[in-house]
Amino acid sequence: MTQTVFAPWTDPAAKPLIRFRHVTKRFGDFTAIEDLSLDIYEREFFALLGPSGCGKTTMMRMLAGFEDPTEGTIELAGEDIGAVPPNKRAVNMMFQSYALFPHLTVRDNIAFGLKREGKPKDEIHARVEEMLRLVQLQKFASRKPHQISGGQRQRVALARSLAKAPKLLLLDEPLGALDKKLREETQFELMDIQEKTGTTFVIVTHDQEEAMTVASRIAVMKDGALMQVATPSQIYENPSSRYVADFLGDVTILEGKATKLGDAYEVHWAEGQPPLRAKSTLALADGAGCHLAIRPEKVEIHGEKPADDNVLRGKVIDIGYLGNISTYHVQLANGQTIRAQSFNTERDTRRAFTWEDEVWVNWTENCAVLLDH
Amino acid sequence: MSKLSPFNVVSLTLGFVFLYLPMLILVVYSFNESQLVTVWAGFSTKWYGELARNEAFLDAAWVTLRVAFFSSTIATVLGTMAAYVLVRGGRFFGRTLFSGMIYAPLVMPEVITGLSLLLLFIGLGMDRGILTIVLAHTTFSMCYVSVVVSSRLVSFDKSLEEAALDLGCSPAEAFRLVTLPIIAPAVISGWLLAFTLSLDDLVIASFTSGPAATTLPIKIFSAVRLGVTPEINALSTIMIGIVTVGVIIASISTKRAKVKAEADERLAQRTE
Ligand SMILES: Nc1ncnc2c1ncn2[C@@H]1O[C@H](COP(=O)(O)OP(=O)(O)O)[C@@H](O)[C@H]1O
Ligand SMILES: [Mg+2]
Repeated sequence: MTQTVFAPWTDPAAKPLIRFRHVTKRFGDFTAIEDLSLDIYEREFFALLGPSGCGKTTMMRMLAGFEDPTEGTIELAGEDIGAVPPNKRAVNMMFQSYALFPHLTVRDNIAFGLKREGKPKDEIHARVEEMLRLVQLQKFASRKPHQISGGQRQRVALARSLAKAPKLLLLDEPLGALDKKLREETQFELMDIQEKTGTTFVIVTHDQEEAMTVASRIAVMKDGALMQVATPSQIYENPSSRYVADFLGDVTILEGKATKLGDAYEVHWAEGQPPLRAKSTLALADGAGCHLAIRPEKVEIHGEKPADDNVLRGKVIDIGYLGNISTYHVQLANGQTIRAQSFNTERDTRRAFTWEDEVWVNWTENCAVLLDH
Repeated sequence: MSKLSPFNVVSLTLGFVFLYLPMLILVVYSFNESQLVTVWAGFSTKWYGELARNEAFLDAAWVTLRVAFFSSTIATVLGTMAAYVLVRGGRFFGRTLFSGMIYAPLVMPEVITGLSLLLLFIGLGMDRGILTIVLAHTTFSMCYVSVVVSSRLVSFDKSLEEAALDLGCSPAEAFRLVTLPIIAPAVISGWLLAFTLSLDDLVIASFTSGPAATTLPIKIFSAVRLGVTPEINALSTIMIGIVTVGVIIASISTKRAKVKAEADERLAQRTE
């Protein structure tokens, strides 16, 4: 196993494929994107994640050339693409609505972009067949878009946007219309295709699981600004802000005041509750306000008081049974609820804890994330 | 199928008699042997023969068809362009004013439209003839085309055009290869509407036609002022026949399109 890790963003010599430089986009007096700078590298599968209306589609439309930045520049492979019209950009987009041409067959939809390039007929034909094979639609090539199912339409849209072998493929919530199972299958299909073709993908999604599954890096957005840009595991394990921690996955967030204690901090967070220890590289002044984010799977639940740090006492008020895991909602004396998850590795064992049980929860000082905003 | 109640039978009969009795009488009397329109003297097709020999009517019919063809074609091109700019042009200065103004001729009394065109042609020193009628008809039927086409464009998914641009089309190519084929049915109905409006028009044509060119409605109208002849009945019957055939063809093709759409939907569902 001599696999080199794909991480061009850590290499200072690597040249980004896309470069947003201080981009601001206003619609009238509404600011959709504010002073945003971002580098995306070749062969990345980059996900834009954020709630509806945070400006994800606007970013895509600026890359595709349908909107111009109000301020700042966007570079593609080192060139400012501000003045380049959409039809001259080596960028293709898969639209949220698929935007298949209803008057053309599946084959002609896929061939559309190739014909515009004026390639020889047999070359176009070969490329279209290749695309049809890739998305497994050979049998439906002569159908019109309204004669195929939703999932097939989505694959036609993908094939059409891939056919011209663009440097950059933009996918705007490509799987939004699919049901969960088909969605998951297609996510893996997309990753497969991305690997096979070596295209750089930028995908927009508001589904955090989807972003975690497919992406090499994720940008979490809020109100037209980037909150954090990092790999899925960094975003999950080391969120930089309360917003990001809350946005991805399940988390309990406690608010308190930090005091430095060796290489860690002690967080005083409630009257009558013991302070909590958390390792952190943050530089916080003594007594500074902070948040502590704890993921439920990092929290252990015990029937007897353990001898560790970070032990809180409470009682079970709710149990969420999901088959593979159970989530316990443990209420402390001050009313705060802490969630703890445990894997149900054995079949048919009596649940360890039940409603109203007196329990202790704890986690190690490495597991809680200290956040200063 | 449920049976109609007596009341419904009566209303249906009355309604249709009201609508079609005048036309029925006209058709029946076109086959009248007699010279007099109001006296039945046995079946004959001789007036159709007379009509075929009447140069003046045939000329007028030919003028009418040419005027209708050219004016509706020009109106379709201009009306579609206007609709496209008004729906897709984004916000430009005076857009609201322009889109309001394009509807104004629809409600303008024809007499006024006709008169103003007449004044314009006189002012320009143009001899009145086929050209002036074509221009006049283009002017008023263009608004109808633009209304029909813009109502289609409003519901047209803009991302289709963007997809075309994205795949390498210039804006003009995107219009020709994507927008136009998809809105074609609306453009064709606009053309048909403009064509019928032109065939039908009497008022504006009377202002803008000259001795060199008379349209069929003008010819019929002036002939009737000298008295209705069975020949005119025959002519009108032919026109009714043409319109009926047109309507039947249109409804059959609509029906076919519907059946096909249903079949396609079943096909799409089967492949889920
Ligand atoms: N053409 C436009 N005119 C005015 N406002 C717009 C336009 N496009 C987007 N917006 C606004 O910009 C914000 C971001 O939109 P969008 O990028 O579509 O969000 P997202 O895709 O993240 O849901 C929204 O508040 C939206 O209303
Ligand atoms: Mg969006």
